[in-house]
Amino acid sequence: MFRTFGPNEVWYIVMAVQWTLLLSAVAFAGGAAGGIAIALARVSPIRPLRYFALAFIRVFQGTPLLMQLFLVFFGLNIFGVGINPWVAAAIALTLHASAYLGEIWRGCIEAVPSGQSEASWALGLGYRDRMSHIILPQAAKISVAPTVGFLVQLIKGTSLASIIGFVELTRAGQIINNATFQPLTVFSLVAALYFILCWPLSLWARHLEGRFAIATAR
Amino acid sequence: MVVTAQNIDGNAAVKMAGVEKWYGEFHALKSIDLTVARGEKIVVCGPSGSGKSTLIRCINQLETVQDGTITVDGIELTAGPKNVEKIRRDVGMVFQQFNLFPHMTVLENCMLAPIKVRGVSKDEAEKTARTYLERVRIPEQAEKYPAQLSGGQQQRVAIARALCMNPKIMLFDEPTSALDPEMVNEVLDTMIDLASEGMTMLVVTHEMGFARKVADRVIFMDKGEIVEVGEPESFFSNPQNERTRTFLGQISH
Ligand SMILES: Nc1ncnc2c1ncn2[C@@H]1O[C@H](COP(=O)(O)OP(=O)(O)OP(=O)(O)O)[C@@H](O)[C@H]1O
Ligand SMILES: [Mg+2]
Repeated sequence: MFRTFGPNEVWYIVMAVQWTLLLSAVAFAGGAAGGIAIALARVSPIRPLRYFALAFIRVFQGTPLLMQLFLVFFGLNIFGVGINPWVAAAIALTLHASAYLGEIWRGCIEAVPSGQSEASWALGLGYRDRMSHIILPQAAKISVAPTVGFLVQLIKGTSLASIIGFVELTRAGQIINNATFQPLTVFSLVAALYFILCWPLSLWARHLEGRFAIATAR
Repeated sequence: MVVTAQNIDGNAAVKMAGVEKWYGEFHALKSIDLTVARGEKIVVCGPSGSGKSTLIRCINQLETVQDGTITVDGIELTAGPKNVEKIRRDVGMVFQQFNLFPHMTVLENCMLAPIKVRGVSKDEAEKTARTYLERVRIPEQAEKYPAQLSGGQQQRVAIARALCMNPKIMLFDEPTSALDPEMVNEVLDTMIDLASEGMTMLVVTHEMGFARKVADRVIFMDKGEIVEVGEPESFFSNPQNERTRTFLGQISH
């Protein structure tokens, strides 16, 4: 007989939110570090660095996230690290986020008017000072809205980690569904929980975008 | 100041010899020879696209050139990147669009480069900044952000910011073209003050009143060439070249 879908089952699914959040946070933190490196490489005066970053972005944007998860998951196994869905998901999502954030932030860096760099050069500022004091602070302001937008994508993307067996929100839903066979109820709850995570972020991103549009219209 | 042959050569602030500049197929500067003496004020004029900006931007290497040599303050720029960094500290530039740093206050705009590039202390940088803000007559705006200032005030901040590096040469690329007419004079007056203090200046401008008053020599450019050079008196009253005459005719009304 199937288990009934009661408070315990609901609780199990709700508690799985923490793993979705933790995986998202790790991937976002790793992706932020990787993304800034990729973005800087993309606008670097050193040509091989630019090409490397471009290739990295193209590969990760041009292949499905699920394949990236598979490759890291089975790849780690081949290299003797063993089967560990948590590590594999964290690495794959970090690489994925690095590529996307790198491309988003490259755009933000390039959106800073060229006159800002020219003024920096004319004052004799070196690369480091120009980036850290002039370009990146201005790029950061522009980047907030698209970055939050990507974070929403990333949270939803973590659901794919369920396929390699990482028990986050979606996987928890599958487990409960296998026991209760109430797919509509179970996955409605799962979807509602994703919505509660993502909707406020989307609203916030749109609010920031609006504020940015007003700020730049002046 | 009358420029004689000897104070020009041995002790030149800027010396360009046989400079050629291409943008791809486009020949933007054609065998430019120009020597600027220390303390000399040069006004560069000419039609749009004639290469005026390109010419002065070569002096602090915002543009690189394909041929010829550029020597600034005795240091040959075209000889390597180390020299470029050295020269940029000593050459100030003022842009048409001000290019102030919008996320920093006026004071921070003026303090950043002296601290980061010259390595002066924060206190000293602030003292210098306030002195120059006083000189360009906006000491009371020090704590504001650029967006809170008028165009004329922003451009005076840009001049102060450049002066805080204690430059030996100042480049101006159409510093008043983006300003409302009523603000042009406050910026020109600042530049006239600077000129009277002996700064070496290269100024791209179509403000012919300024040229008459301040310039030691006026340069007319067309199609990437220096077509005519003269002291303002003769340049305006008796231009030698047909193209110069046409141009002066166009801008006088
Ligand atoms: N980065 C660039 N790439 C290609 N062509 C350029 C570039 N910068 C300038 N040019 C061209 O070089 C020529 C000279 O430009 P420059 O900006 O020096 O002219 P200018 O005399 O300052 O004109 P204006 O009065 O409009 O400022 C122009 O024809 C311009 O189109
Ligand atoms: Mg120009």
